[in-house]
Amino acid sequence: MMKPGTIILYTAARFLVPLQLLFSVFLLLRGHNEPGGGFIAGLVAAGAFTLYLFTFGSAVTRDLMRVDPRNLIGIGLFIGMLSVFPAVFQGQAFLTAQWWPIMLPGGTEIKLSTPLIFDIGVYLTVVGATMTMIIALTEAEER
Amino acid sequence: MSFEVALPILIPLLTGALCVMFWRYNAIQRALSLVGSFALLATSIWLMISVYNDGHVVMYMGNWEAPFGITLVADMLSAIMVVLTGMMAVAIAIYSLSSASPSHERFGYYPLMHLLLAGVAGSFLTGDIFNLYVWFEVMLIASFALLILGGERAQMEGAVKYVTLNLLSSAIFLSAIGLLYGLVGTLNMADIAVKLGEAENAGLIDVIAVMFLIAFGIKAAAFPLFFWLPASYHTGPVAVSALFAGLLTKVGVYALFRVFTLIFNQNVDFTHEILLWMAGFTMLTGVLGAAAQFEFRRILSFHIVSQIGYMILGLALFTPLALIGGVFYIMHHIIVKTNLFLISGITHRLLGTYDLKKLGGIYKSRPFLSILFLIPALSLAGVPPLSGFFAKFIIIRAGVEADAWVITGIALLVGLLTLYSMIKIWAEVFWKKLPKGQDDTALVEGKTSASTVVLYIPVVLLAVCTLFIGLNGQPIYEFAEYSAAQLLNPQGYIDAVLGGAQ
Repeated sequence: MMKPGTIILYTAARFLVPLQLLFSVFLLLRGHNEPGGGFIAGLVAAGAFTLYLFTFGSAVTRDLMRVDPRNLIGIGLFIGMLSVFPAVFQGQAFLTAQWWPIMLPGGTEIKLSTPLIFDIGVYLTVVGATMTMIIALTEAEER
Repeated sequence: MSFEVALPILIPLLTGALCVMFWRYNAIQRALSLVGSFALLATSIWLMISVYNDGHVVMYMGNWEAPFGITLVADMLSAIMVVLTGMMAVAIAIYSLSSASPSHERFGYYPLMHLLLAGVAGSFLTGDIFNLYVWFEVMLIASFALLILGGERAQMEGAVKYVTLNLLSSAIFLSAIGLLYGLVGTLNMADIAVKLGEAENAGLIDVIAVMFLIAFGIKAAAFPLFFWLPASYHTGPVAVSALFAGLLTKVGVYALFRVFTLIFNQNVDFTHEILLWMAGFTMLTGVLGAAAQFEFRRILSFHIVSQIGYMILGLALFTPLALIGGVFYIMHHIIVKTNLFLISGITHRLLGTYDLKKLGGIYKSRPFLSILFLIPALSLAGVPPLSGFFAKFIIIRAGVEADAWVITGIALLVGLLTLYSMIKIWAEVFWKKLPKGQDDTALVEGKTSASTVVLYIPVVLLAVCTLFIGLNGQPIYEFAEYSAAQLLNPQGYIDAVLGGAQ
């Protein structure tokens, strides 16, 4: 078992982890036309989980993540691949971006699109791959 | 829309992603891998049919038209290579059902294999030089991980050489792309070909051409930087070495064929003269290296090097007949070489070693396997009427017609030495008595179990392909002829990619 963190780390982590996870989602969603996107957002989320891991240990982090990070890699890759195909049903070439704008009450427009699906796939793959590596290293040390 | 040109890349990627999702369940992974490989073969044949009918099949990914977006292009050479990739995928997927160990399967054997196939198919189909680099890297990463599955000392040692030289090659490749982009301002290969025709700086073009030559030469394991191949290929799991032996170096050869027919065809006297000498030394060093070896898979690895020389020779002579010979040689070689590696895996299953000195006596108890070995082995050496005879015959005839006597002599000599190597394997592994002290229970008593029968299926299928090419070579020759005609007339490729945009 890892040595428990100091009181400062312990207190800070409980505030920082949810904030950082929220920020990663923000980065993910704004990424198409502005700085951000799936890869960097995935790294930020993995950073949040890693902070949690250093503070509370790998077993608790696995509980927090609910899903095994190795499964996240596969799911992410699969979602990323899904973004290739919608264009086919419009008779266009693979990977052609498809946009599905939705008007919300109050005049806000949300644009759903295949680049977003792709970014979500990248996000999950990056979180999964990074956490698989870090958890494996931590557990090798704990053993 | 011509979806068949993108599907050979997407199917392995999708199969790989699904295999990662089910990484806990080996049975599902195996089934997925099998289905994915057959789907790859089916789409590749679909692609071949469209190319045969239309000449070129083009798709602009994401609807970004050439020369701005990434274009996927298939001409006859690409289609042939993709069909061969599909055949190898099926053979290896079947073989892996029995040969892959459960721990390898849990550590990503199938996902990596399909990622590798996606990289190979991507390299064959892309029409963008930077995209080609990306697919090379995809392939390199997947192959590196596959090579060290198991993590033994010899594997690490081989993998270090493999990775170092391949990274060096990638770095040269990338710098060459940078220089080329600086010169013509485009990455689309067809567009580069057009712009280079108008460029004036002939000296710089030659320099870039030689950089591409070195980069692809390393990937193809051509002289002088070939030694990563015999140092690494025999260390991995046997199905993996068979896949590498069949496909990986041929991607380098394909890239040479593509770049030195489409892009760098201005100064043939200079570039193809270098290719010619490279081909000669590659053939000779490979076959001489093999003569000194006594490890089954190492001998075969050295022969890959020497055979690469024949393919490059086809390109270097740069006559219609020579190009036909080169393409024919690639087709014959991929099938035969993969098959020989698969057979070495079966003998390993029977006697537990790859060392020629410790093997023996297989003909006595397994005559069928011995015949199966003789077919690809004699084909590799060029004995008629097997596929290798026609492949060598076309190339040597092209050499004679081009009055390239020295290189033709080398090619003939290397053929003879190849026969010597194959006879050596035959005598040591199959003919001589089993050395005393070797455990032969699996060989003598063991009935052929169901899992061993699975190993035989791809070997028999590939042997049948070899016989088919040998006994009924005309249709195969016509495919090669078609592709050579396209390679010598790059305008068709350029028109297909750029359409009316130029």
